[in-house]
Amino acid sequence: MSIPIMVLIVMTGVGLIFGLVLAFVNKKFAMELNPVIHLVEDILPKGQCGACGYAGCQAYAEAVATDPTVPPNLCIPGKKPVADLVAQLTGKVAPEVEPRVAQVKCQGSNKLAVKKYEYAGVQECVAASQLQGGPKGCQYGCMGFGTCANSCPFDALHMNEVGLPVVDEKKCTGCGKCESVCPKKVIAMAPIGSHVGVLCNSKDKGPAARKVCSIACIGCGICKKNCPYDAIVIENNLAVVNEHICLEKCENATCLAKCPTGAIQGLTPESISQSEAAKEVAAVASKAAKEAALKAAEAKKAAETEKN
Amino acid sequence: MEYLTLFISAVVVNNFVLTRFLGLCIFFGVSKNLNASIGMGMAVTSVMTLSSMLAWVVYHFVLAPFHLQFLTTVVFVLLIASFVQLLETIIKKQAPALYNMWGIYLLLIATNCVVLAVPLLNAESNYTFLMSVVSSIGSGLGFALAIVLMASLREKLRLADVPKPLEGLGIAFILAGMLALAFLGFSGMISL
Repeated sequence: MSIPIMVLIVMTGVGLIFGLVLAFVNKKFAMELNPVIHLVEDILPKGQCGACGYAGCQAYAEAVATDPTVPPNLCIPGKKPVADLVAQLTGKVAPEVEPRVAQVKCQGSNKLAVKKYEYAGVQECVAASQLQGGPKGCQYGCMGFGTCANSCPFDALHMNEVGLPVVDEKKCTGCGKCESVCPKKVIAMAPIGSHVGVLCNSKDKGPAARKVCSIACIGCGICKKNCPYDAIVIENNLAVVNEHICLEKCENATCLAKCPTGAIQGLTPESISQSEAAKEVAAVASKAAKEAALKAAEAKKAAETEKN
Repeated sequence: MEYLTLFISAVVVNNFVLTRFLGLCIFFGVSKNLNASIGMGMAVTSVMTLSSMLAWVVYHFVLAPFHLQFLTTVVFVLLIASFVQLLETIIKKQAPALYNMWGIYLLLIATNCVVLAVPLLNAESNYTFLMSVVSSIGSGLGFALAIVLMASLREKLRLADVPKPLEGLGIAFILAGMLALAFLGFSGMISL
């Protein structure tokens, strides 16, 4: 038999066999898919970019069509039109999101908190935290390298003079980016308008927590005992406030005055200005201003003597 | 002993990624995080092994008897592509957990050069069935080793202060070059 004919026969044969096997397997192992999945998949842009957090458009289509907790607005390239169509197809509404704002759960500034060692590496929290859990004595506290402030897409977080991030509540959109980049989980999202917050993240037992930071929550439970609405629980030696109860019921927060360390703080504008941290910032700022004034005076003097 | 030599040679000495520079597309594409790279390594190892078994059968019972060795590449391409598709369909239905672990990477390697290269080289070297199985398991594990090493390095690299123009793929290529240099140290350990 001549070679070309052989080639023809072999290639056709191999192709035919594989084609048939594939066709058979496709029928035999067909998945009964929810028809909505296909409809949703047709709408998605099929960039397979993975921005939704799934391994491609099909995976997202499947998730959004079958899992009621997956929101319809995850497709970033598709933006609103796609989100609306997906919402329509899956019978979902873009979820009503409670407005939230970032809350920094640490008051252990450079002065109040003890340091384990001087860190001189890359000025970045994730890097610093890999070296013995960071330079700070408290392994739960803010290390102050500003990874959160640098990652904020809305310029709503800034580091203050004493090494703690401060949230600009007017600019904060509650996106949660800072919460996700902080290696210590010091930043959490709280409902807008909460007036009481435990500004400490330490899960150490009382004496241990106090040893490394004078403003730590020691888990004593006095706030819990004094709260008339049971809004506070102690979890892992740390008081946790249910902001919703506070917001709904509490007029006069008795817990604030009772806290022996000042870890629990009022979050209304007046109480913030009176808090330890604010005073400290003010002190540092005024000291800096004085120094600047002194320097200016010196410079003036120097200039004058030079003239003469 | 012969099989052990073959295996070690395939894993480190003649590592497909780092000494032969095959399969670079998935090597760079899926090495950004460790979990994905482990999945990819598993997918490549299993596909490589199974498809080279199949390829061996086809080569020795269809192509060789009719003296059609010149068709090997074409037939193997067809064979591997359809086999991967087959595997994907079956795994999706029969073992959804397995599918979620590495099935999603299957279609990425349906037409990959490293998966094609192993059966081709096996056929060219005239290995027995068992030898070709050992060699393809070794090659697959070698690929998995390379991609897992690369992914762990790249995860560390995220914290490093990389010069602006080299960010992303640039530094990854430099890293791959250094890894390849390191693997060069194995050459001469075994001569086949």
